[in-house]
Amino acid sequence: MLQNCVKEIRKMDIHEYQAKQLLSKFGVSIPPGEVVYQTHEAENIITWLNEDKIVVKAQVHAGGRGKAGGIKVCKNDDEVIKTVDEMIGMKLITPQTNENGKIVRRVYLEKGYEIAKEFYLCITVDRETGGNTIISSRKGGVNIEEVAEKSPDEIHTMQIAPGSDLLTHHARTIVYNLGLKGQEAKQAQKNILAIYKAFVSLDAALIEINPFAVTKDGEVIVLDCKASFDDNALYRQRQVAEMKDENEYDPLELEAARHDLNYVKLDGNIGLMVNGAGLSMATMDIIKYYGGEAANFMDVAGAATPERVAAAFKLIYKDKDVKGILINIFGGMMRCNDIAQGLVNASKEVGLDKPLVVRLEGTNVEMGMDILNNSGFPIKPVATMEEAAQKVVQMVKE
Amino acid sequence: MAVLLTKESKVICQGFTGAQGTFHSERAIAYHTNMVGGVTPEKGGTTHLDIPVFNTVAEAKKKTGCNASGVFVPPPFAADAILEAVEAELDLVVCITDGIPTSDMQRVRREMKGSKTRLVGPNCPGVLTPGVGKIGIIPGHICKPGRIGVVSRSGTLSYESAVQTAALGQSTIIGIGGDPVNGTNFVDALELFLKDPDTDGIVLIGEIGGTAEVEGADFIKSWSGKYKKPVAAFVAGAAAPKGRKLGHAGAIVNSGAETADAKKEALKIAGVEVSDTITRIGEAMKKAMGA
Repeated sequence: MLQNCVKEIRKMDIHEYQAKQLLSKFGVSIPPGEVVYQTHEAENIITWLNEDKIVVKAQVHAGGRGKAGGIKVCKNDDEVIKTVDEMIGMKLITPQTNENGKIVRRVYLEKGYEIAKEFYLCITVDRETGGNTIISSRKGGVNIEEVAEKSPDEIHTMQIAPGSDLLTHHARTIVYNLGLKGQEAKQAQKNILAIYKAFVSLDAALIEINPFAVTKDGEVIVLDCKASFDDNALYRQRQVAEMKDENEYDPLELEAARHDLNYVKLDGNIGLMVNGAGLSMATMDIIKYYGGEAANFMDVAGAATPERVAAAFKLIYKDKDVKGILINIFGGMMRCNDIAQGLVNASKEVGLDKPLVVRLEGTNVEMGMDILNNSGFPIKPVATMEEAAQKVVQMVKE
Repeated sequence: MAVLLTKESKVICQGFTGAQGTFHSERAIAYHTNMVGGVTPEKGGTTHLDIPVFNTVAEAKKKTGCNASGVFVPPPFAADAILEAVEAELDLVVCITDGIPTSDMQRVRREMKGSKTRLVGPNCPGVLTPGVGKIGIIPGHICKPGRIGVVSRSGTLSYESAVQTAALGQSTIIGIGGDPVNGTNFVDALELFLKDPDTDGIVLIGEIGGTAEVEGADFIKSWSGKYKKPVAAFVAGAAAPKGRKLGHAGAIVNSGAETADAKKEALKIAGVEVSDTITRIGEAMKKAMGA
């Protein structure tokens, strides 16, 4: 994402082809194209497209696909088939994936164009104003972070007041900033208004178009598109919600989501279970402060029943990278005895053989401590968060 | 005197008879909050927890003279509930609800332009003035009357801060919440505490994502002479990986200015005593106060 300009909210991502399908319903110009899951499906698409040039694009939730070999321009049918065959199942490693890369399970075939101009266009929610911001640049088709760094004058931002529409004069200003005139300006303006309408109607958090292009024939078109959507609004955006591709998520994260747990896998070896996002982050921080590193972020938000605590604990325990576990609960409204019972139940199931440090604070804390102390498991209850962090870091090192 | 929630406040709960509204209103009443009623559409005319239920906020205001509300309405209806309280011209609306669509809050922001109502939240733990009362879910028993103002984006870290500053005690604790589009921000809360004669020092608890802490730092930098109070701060998320969403919308690092380190640096330059861990925020506050 664009340094210093974008205040993005990361939400549910979808694939490029899905984003284009959604945009086209609002009248945005996109290249004709279709997705395929298996090589044999490509033949019909090639016939239907009937183009001299077809672009084959790997569909994964990560940018930087081009340089990684995930986008190929093909000049004949055989080349398309061969490319599709190679791409499906390949492991795509881009600067935005981790070192394991992402397996390509879907590829998109679309019409190829001769491009005259490439621009950058992005709509996102701006935390500072509470409204939406539209970012545009004449320097599209390249890494926009670099443009922002090297030539910040080439980046234009337009703020739309919270809850207000994008008006024609806004779109006109953006188009003039891009240096477009005549028919091209008219088409670009129509597209920008349509993209903004889609953004608002679909409760998007981000729509980034790079490049937003003009072809040699003077056609204005969305060539690549990344879109993500406000999780909180998915209940009223079923069409978008259905586009979720579970293959793009870590299996442990998916399992956590099924138990309504906030979980993100990280690179360290200390498993964490905490209540509240802020306290979870502060726990990661204090572990780092004492020389350790968290294996995950885990916020057991909401009501912690013994069942949910057990599910959360088992999930962390299942992670092979975890060498020790720290539980840090400030039970304002949660009851510490429920949490302790959940931990003991889960320990019985997994046959606890990893160091476990527990800090409980709040309602019924004495009852919780009694349950832990009498559990027969090597569970170390400690009094403060500071002591808990020091202890778990030390135990993992030993 | 404290800020936002004082002895003069008359409080109602919207979403009063629901599970969350009931649970937390019971605790607010037990904490001696001056709760005068609640609102649940279709249940007007009944009583709940021994106080009257009204169909609308306007009716509740007419009958009870209420000037503050806690919103516990489910996410799809919460923005509407906030605006109902705004139109009834309450002084304070505290929205606890988590999960309100961003575009709904953008609408709220638009409608509240020029309004006299102060909104705290959404997705926040609420406001608590020790010894006076609370709106929201902050546990009363961990807070002690005193002269430190606490403002926090995170709920659980506002609890930690209350415990860490127990020796000093708190004037008021304000949880502003982590949503991208919200009501009260750090600058608003800092200004309230700065003007409050019962607040001697301020604890600010920030997070990665957004630039609200930096704006707060700029505001603190502008303080001088008589209009100046010591501030201690902690910013959560120094160990968070870039670009990953951790838990709620507030906690995302995208650009250089939004990292914990950048925020801590901005606060330090503004003369704030910055703590590396949440567990030392009390010490940092004492140090900032020259104790």
